[in-house]
Amino acid sequence: MAKDLNPDAIGKEESIEQLETAGLSQGQIIVRRFLRHRAAMISLAVLIFIILFVFTAGGIQLGTEEQPIRFPGWWQWDIRDIPEISGLGEPTLDLIPPFIDGTGMQVGQHPFGQDAIGRDYFSLVMRGAQQSITVMFVIGIVATFIGTVLGAVSGFFGKWIDNALMRFTDLIITVPSIIVGAVIGIQVGNLGVFFLALFLGLFAWTGLARLVRAEFLSLREREFVDAARVAGADNRRIIFKHILPNAMGTVIVSVSLLMSSAILLETGLSFLGFGVVAPDVSLGLLISQNQDSFTIYPWLFWWPGLLIVTIALCINFIGDGLRDAFDPRQKRKITKKDREIAKAAKAKSVA
Amino acid sequence: MVAYIVRRLGALVLILLGSTFLIYNLTAISGDPLEDLRLSTEPNAQYLIEQYTKDLQLDVPPPVRYFLWLEGVLGFLWGDFTLGIGLDGAPILTALSLAIPVSIRLVIVATILSIIIGITIGIVSALRQYSRFDYSVTFTAFLFYSLPIFWVAVLLKQFGAIGFNDFLASPTITPPFLIGFSVVAGIFWMGVLGGDKKRLAITFAAATATTAAVLAYISGSGWLIEPSLGPVVITLMAVGAALGITQLSTGLSNRRSTMVSMAMALLTPVFYFIMQPIFTSEFDGGMLFLLAIATIAVGAGAGLIFGGDERRAVARTAAIVAFINASLIVLDRYMQSWNEYFNEIAFGRPIKTVGDSTLDLQADIWISGIDTFTHLILPTSALMLISLAGYLRFSRASLLEVLNQDYIRTARAKGLNERTVVMRHAFRNSLIPLTTIMAFDFAGVIGGAIITEQVFAWRGMGTIFNQALGRVDLNGVMGVVLITSMSALIFNLIADLIYSALDPRIRVTK
Repeated sequence: MAKDLNPDAIGKEESIEQLETAGLSQGQIIVRRFLRHRAAMISLAVLIFIILFVFTAGGIQLGTEEQPIRFPGWWQWDIRDIPEISGLGEPTLDLIPPFIDGTGMQVGQHPFGQDAIGRDYFSLVMRGAQQSITVMFVIGIVATFIGTVLGAVSGFFGKWIDNALMRFTDLIITVPSIIVGAVIGIQVGNLGVFFLALFLGLFAWTGLARLVRAEFLSLREREFVDAARVAGADNRRIIFKHILPNAMGTVIVSVSLLMSSAILLETGLSFLGFGVVAPDVSLGLLISQNQDSFTIYPWLFWWPGLLIVTIALCINFIGDGLRDAFDPRQKRKITKKDREIAKAAKAKSVA
Repeated sequence: MVAYIVRRLGALVLILLGSTFLIYNLTAISGDPLEDLRLSTEPNAQYLIEQYTKDLQLDVPPPVRYFLWLEGVLGFLWGDFTLGIGLDGAPILTALSLAIPVSIRLVIVATILSIIIGITIGIVSALRQYSRFDYSVTFTAFLFYSLPIFWVAVLLKQFGAIGFNDFLASPTITPPFLIGFSVVAGIFWMGVLGGDKKRLAITFAAATATTAAVLAYISGSGWLIEPSLGPVVITLMAVGAALGITQLSTGLSNRRSTMVSMAMALLTPVFYFIMQPIFTSEFDGGMLFLLAIATIAVGAGAGLIFGGDERRAVARTAAIVAFINASLIVLDRYMQSWNEYFNEIAFGRPIKTVGDSTLDLQADIWISGIDTFTHLILPTSALMLISLAGYLRFSRASLLEVLNQDYIRTARAKGLNERTVVMRHAFRNSLIPLTTIMAFDFAGVIGGAIITEQVFAWRGMGTIFNQALGRVDLNGVMGVVLITSMSALIFNLIADLIYSALDPRIRVTK
């Protein structure tokens, strides 16, 4: 061989990446990069576990407060039960093995403890987490839909449409989400958390729309768009079949960031009293109700907070993994495993 | 350019009109301002309802009432500006003028600190990409980013204030904490400075030993009750600052720069003794400001005179060094008043969890400065933790992007040393995209921080907004909204203008 392509010999990182991705489509490369992002994969597993755990434990409640349709979960208590308080209502969960503290490991009657009136805190936290996760996904879906469509239309058609839509975006940006929360709380508060999230989503798409618009502005000038047009594709086909798939990276990454801020938004609003209102529960509301009794009932404060942090952290890491996967210029650290894969690929191509 | 600004300002006014109209009506349908009175059994409830309806024109439907409000706002054109009165009968303008300074005081310190610290750590993290330090910083940034501020605030109240005040009753640092903290500090500096194994070991040992020694001294001498730096420590720190700043900005190999900075450092003890009799209880904020200006002028002047070929860079370095050294002297003066504050005003529990200042505090600038500090420290830390993460991530990504550019390769290829490449070529350019976020953050300064203000009971803009919204006090809500959305739109415009000034490839005029 005239040219030695062995990456280990010349130590070129680019050649290692090229050998690794040889023969794969763009989509396959992205999926592969994402699957190799360890923090993102761990976060994804944790998030799926939390979602399944939370929704199966507490059961699911649909419909309005007056006419609920309930699917009971596997946990023995409901948020409406008021069992006897034992002691201060300390958590009965004990994960420390007996050879360290002398007591056995157990889950007990009330693993997360009981609140001041005796309600089982585990079921309250499960219900709160359900609400927060629902809000997160609903805001994410609504905002993604509106943001993508408006951004795409604005960036693709330009001229007065772009101008009008962007000024409309500026207008929506100035509306504080706390006001939206207040309006929904009073007008349709009894319809539950779903409608709160729906309306919050109606005001949360602005950042995404701007990003998608910027992406469309540059993509519509590219040759493949001209080619599609010459081939006779109409505007709708160009937007959805040709440009949008190329802008998916931007959309997915910013949606993941939007969702992590959505869960913090919901908890913040509920904390201030403008989001989910009693008797329904949410993680922010639980913290707000119990913040003054931290010294006596610290567990009432720790559980919901830790759950919020865990969910938001998972989403952020998944977003980070997606960003790395979609960014073609991303320089990754070349690990031993990469070198091995590259070597194997080379051996295969030589053979 | 002028046409562009005029066009943007025109659009700004239109957006402002639209958004205030939208928010006014949204707020109006969020509830009934007279609900409490309607349910009240007080004998004068009916009279009060009529009174409020008359004062606040509640019988006019909200979309029309908006124009009555707008008339008051537009009154500044003919000298009759008013934002109306609140549900408590007090003019909104007065309430806002009291709240704005409080909010600015709360948010601006946190913003500036998180910009400085966030960018510094972000830069170091980018320079050590894929190191353990980088991974830990990334993880910490994500963690901070995922924290709900109200949760952090309550935790800070519990451990930062109540716990720390209890600790101050007998301020002895326990050995396990001392060892643990020192080791963490050692690992941190090891990550920051990097290098081969031998250098890492030396860094670790030196940082751990220094931290342990400082902590032991603080614990043994009761420094937390009677803190002071004294001329010797100040001189040492001044020399350290001079060396560090010079190394970062011009490099120690620039003899003139090093000498000017060292002269600034060695003048510090002299000024320390000169300033002691001047720093009396009659000293005030204006004089402090003049002192800061004078210090910077002295440093810059010395740099310009003795700087030689690179006089501008030398002047900048010397001015920064002089300013840091003067701050040390002022800091020492504040520390001298700490004991008095600790015993006579705070009664042994200095870190405050509520309010923005001690009520009816009649004291000189030193005591009231400490009082502001003890009230600010918790909310500022809470705000800082969260916005720090954003700056960390952005500055890291931005520097990595810049380091991949061709002009960096050119700079390296023509033989510039690493310091010049990073500080002069990469760092400056990496700051350009950050101006947009900074502008947004500064726009948020005036609006305060709703949740933080509530948890720490500060009477700022956020509190006014929160309470007004809860009571459906339209004029109160609109007063805050007007100011915050105006500042957001104006800072947005400024960000675009700065961006195009810093990066000539971007034209604002299309």
